[in-house]
Amino acid sequence: MPKLTVDGIEVEVEAGATLLQACEEAGAEIPRFCYHERLSIAGNCRMCLVEVEKSPKPVASCAMPAGDGMVVSTKSEQVKRAREGVMEFLLINHPLDCPICDQGGECDLQDQSMAYGVDGSRFHENKRAVEEKYMGPLVKTVMTRCIHCTRCIRFSQEVAGVPELGAIGRGEDMEITTYLEHALTSELSANVVDLCPVGALTFRPFAYTARPWELKKTESIDVMDAVGSNIRVDARGPEVMRILPRLNDDVNEEWISDKTRFVWDGLKMQRLDTPFVRINGRLQPATWEEAFAAIAARLKDVDGSRIAAIAGDLACAESMKALKDLYTSLGCTSIDCRQDGAKLDASNRGAYLFNTTIAGIEEADAILLVGTDPRKEAAIINARILKRARQKDVEGGLKVGVIGPRNDLTYDYDYIGAGPQSLKDLGSFGDVLKNAARPMIVIGQGALTRKDGAAVLAEALALAKSVGAITDEWNGFNVLHTAAARVAGLDLGLVPGEGGRDVEGILEGASSGEIEVVHLLGADEIDMNRLGKAFVIYQGTHGDAGAHRADVILPGAAYTEKNATWVNTEGRVQLGRRAVFPPGSAREDWAILRALSGVLGKTLPYDDLDAIRAAMEADAPHFAMSDVIAPVTEMPSLPQGELDAAPFETPVRDFFMTNPVARASAVMAECSAGRAAAARIQAAE
Amino acid sequence: MLEDKDRIFTNIYGLQDWRLEAAKKRGDWDGTAAIIAKGRDWILEEMKKSGLRGRGGAGFPTGLKWSFMPKESDGRPHYLVVNADESEPGTCKDRDIMRHDPQKLIEGCLIASFAMGAHACYIYVRGEFIREREQLQAAVDEAYEAGLLGANAAGSGWDFDLYVHHGAGAYICGEETALLESLEGKKGMPRLKPPFPANVGLYGAPTTVNNVESIAVAPTILRRGADWFASLGRPNNTGTKLFCISGHVNKPCNVEEEMGIPLKELLEKHAGGVRGGWDNLLAVIPGGSSVPLLPKSICDDVLMDFDSLKAVQSGLGTAAVIVMDKSTDVIKAIARLSAFYKHESCGQCTPCREGTGWMWRVMERLVAGEAEVEEIDMLLDVTKRVEGHTICALGDAAAWPVQGLIRHFRGTIEERIAAKRGGAARAAE
Repeated sequence: MPKLTVDGIEVEVEAGATLLQACEEAGAEIPRFCYHERLSIAGNCRMCLVEVEKSPKPVASCAMPAGDGMVVSTKSEQVKRAREGVMEFLLINHPLDCPICDQGGECDLQDQSMAYGVDGSRFHENKRAVEEKYMGPLVKTVMTRCIHCTRCIRFSQEVAGVPELGAIGRGEDMEITTYLEHALTSELSANVVDLCPVGALTFRPFAYTARPWELKKTESIDVMDAVGSNIRVDARGPEVMRILPRLNDDVNEEWISDKTRFVWDGLKMQRLDTPFVRINGRLQPATWEEAFAAIAARLKDVDGSRIAAIAGDLACAESMKALKDLYTSLGCTSIDCRQDGAKLDASNRGAYLFNTTIAGIEEADAILLVGTDPRKEAAIINARILKRARQKDVEGGLKVGVIGPRNDLTYDYDYIGAGPQSLKDLGSFGDVLKNAARPMIVIGQGALTRKDGAAVLAEALALAKSVGAITDEWNGFNVLHTAAARVAGLDLGLVPGEGGRDVEGILEGASSGEIEVVHLLGADEIDMNRLGKAFVIYQGTHGDAGAHRADVILPGAAYTEKNATWVNTEGRVQLGRRAVFPPGSAREDWAILRALSGVLGKTLPYDDLDAIRAAMEADAPHFAMSDVIAPVTEMPSLPQGELDAAPFETPVRDFFMTNPVARASAVMAECSAGRAAAARIQAAE
Repeated sequence: MLEDKDRIFTNIYGLQDWRLEAAKKRGDWDGTAAIIAKGRDWILEEMKKSGLRGRGGAGFPTGLKWSFMPKESDGRPHYLVVNADESEPGTCKDRDIMRHDPQKLIEGCLIASFAMGAHACYIYVRGEFIREREQLQAAVDEAYEAGLLGANAAGSGWDFDLYVHHGAGAYICGEETALLESLEGKKGMPRLKPPFPANVGLYGAPTTVNNVESIAVAPTILRRGADWFASLGRPNNTGTKLFCISGHVNKPCNVEEEMGIPLKELLEKHAGGVRGGWDNLLAVIPGGSSVPLLPKSICDDVLMDFDSLKAVQSGLGTAAVIVMDKSTDVIKAIARLSAFYKHESCGQCTPCREGTGWMWRVMERLVAGEAEVEEIDMLLDVTKRVEGHTICALGDAAAWPVQGLIRHFRGTIEERIAAKRGGAARAAE
């Protein structure tokens, strides 16, 4: 543990720490542009120069290891002059277009030039101008503003794992670009905008729409996948203007996927802002009373066994709790939250959670991916696997094996097989798992939504046990979900009860007429044609598949419009907060169900958020603990079954089009179209 | 003046055959196995005793540099890399070694590699050196055929492979860590130090990077003894050195001379004197384009070695003596160098990327006199903000010539500005 003196303050830092970290430890502020905690050290901006005793030249503190006995000064005249010099050099070719720059107000260069720069300019030559580069529909470039910190290059190589950004030219002609200016293909690409310390890379969909200081910032949770990325929703008045990542080392570090970030325009399109009732074959706007009355009339005298309820992928825990309580009170047992038909077992949390946890990936030394394409299904988790693969402390490197679709995951893997039979015959990877100290098995929804899903799940769990992936200290069995609502739904028991039907059964029943009424809580991913003549109540946010089929539409609140609870694939309970109000007469979903229950004469026993949360805690005590994961104490044993030979398929065919919000987003549509066009060109080549 | 018997490079002019047989007759590969048999420590000790300082420009003691390599391998291989990316304007000594005396370099590679525990050595040849690389490769092939390289090289019991690598012609790849990056197949951009190459170098393994001349003189030093080499030159500046004399002299040449020879004697004895006589001398850049120039008043009696030139705020550098007589527009000459450094800056770190372009643009205006007198001091301040603030020494190399110009020719610059003013004023009348 080296001890050193910074500005007269003695500090002790961990061995291997850099001088910059030591200075921060001592409370000294070190300006920087290229240095970033989560990226490799480049040392090229030279802003972090400090004076070290006995060193003739100022030292780049971000790259220098802290040494025992060093005497560092961060406030000397030499340091001040060095910073002024670097600031001046950065600014001579930087345009003074701050008034029209989208980075204005949150620009590192702007802030640091106020703190460390000088007020005048001595540069009387012409400034450099650089052509804009096309980087796709998400990232807008104004490359004249680039200060060549290379954070974006390092991010794309190290975190996204898609090395598609680079610098061409040299000296002052150096330019950051993509290869032949193709659009970025990473699912995490827009994080380079957050990393860009200047306005060279900005959000194209956000261009010229708002200034950061005008925005109301609300900390919330993302629902685009089951990761539960921590986000900050920036809103102006009734509109969500943009979505940014929020720091959470246990979940998303400080990255979010492009879908999470840019789906916001989908929150304004195709919205259901008033109840509708189908009259004479046409949906007519109605009041809440009329809508409830229509439901009450249809439900009157219908036996509970002829009613069903399906919760969709974006439903919050509160609404699912209310849905379950309401329909249970009507005698209905055909309740399901697994609209994709995944054969998940709700009886033991261990059998449906990502038990290793996302942060736990960084301790794994072998990973078997079964029927999943994590890059598409949970880009943040894929980035974590890549991070582990890049870490040097795994002896011989992290070993990854894949059973299922063969895709570019950004890291190397052993391909074992396409279908479930490979679970029984892992080849040499079986030894890799057995010899690993902390092996992980990740089973995706692509393996579970099949007819033999339950058997595959049981087989994978048995494999995990047999290779020693489940011990007292380590739980290497993981289910990777794609739906933000799924874990909470299973926690709250939204699975068929005594004599109840699952989603497949409900659809069959609806086709044959045995099910008369179906309540869809934001469930749009089922085949609406199979609902037959059933009376469909659609409660949700967007005019998507479900709303088109509905007989009554109850307009709900999107995830940015309600205080709600989500449980991510790890089983982590997280609270989302309301950033804006729902549009028109749309309401929070649990409150809609509570109101409906009154009309139906089955009044639910909670009147406010606290009461319904208390009811959830009574069902599942871990809802009381947000931001932590209740540990799974015992893993279940599942009955083995017959395995099919068909290959696994990933459930996410189009990354940008997985839910009603994304399908309503023009930005997502553009991304999707661009990706499809790129794929066609590649195929043609 | 150096006597012929003390010359190391006996075929630097290519007057004799460069091939192995002829080189052997000149003494190369004589008793190489015996030298190696004396062991690593003996070689390191002799090299330290000889006082040889690196011939690539920085003048770091070669023996000391070799001794930085780990004594025992920790499992990683060791590498010797020879820097033959000779791109410093004015310098043309390494190419003549490679063309005319390649066996000296090859023998030096074997001995130096042995002394550092390296079984492989790479010679990184400048991109523009096409024929030189071919010649060197032919010499390496000859040495392989004669059993001087490969397994049990030269009967020494040391397995040794030598590879000639051709660069792509970037000045910055002469910087040792940028050279390693380039050799690894990456963009030639200098690395951050620490870690130094002796710990983490080529492919992450301990590596020493040496100049061609430093390696090529090593076998002769070890054969004739460190004391012989140390007896030449002056203390701390020992031995002989190849000087590359170019510019306004009657007979530009490469010549091997004793360190510490007076500049005037060097020019008059070997280069036929300054064009138009010594009094026609304006300035000399004594060590390649990156060192500050010296006006005639200093050139009159300065000695050509590391310490003497440092004392007059210049440097020996690569000992490429660029002579400028009074017909030279010295501002334009330095502006040309500024353009060179602007062109060759790799663009990685801020002060060099932005500063070289700024300095060049101001220099161009000074050439035309289109500037304010205050801008001279501003330019000097800019050079100081580049110098010492960069990842590698290219920032320093770009700053020093400008500093030298302002130090010694400020009057000339001011006159140019005043003349332009006067001209403009006259035209206005």
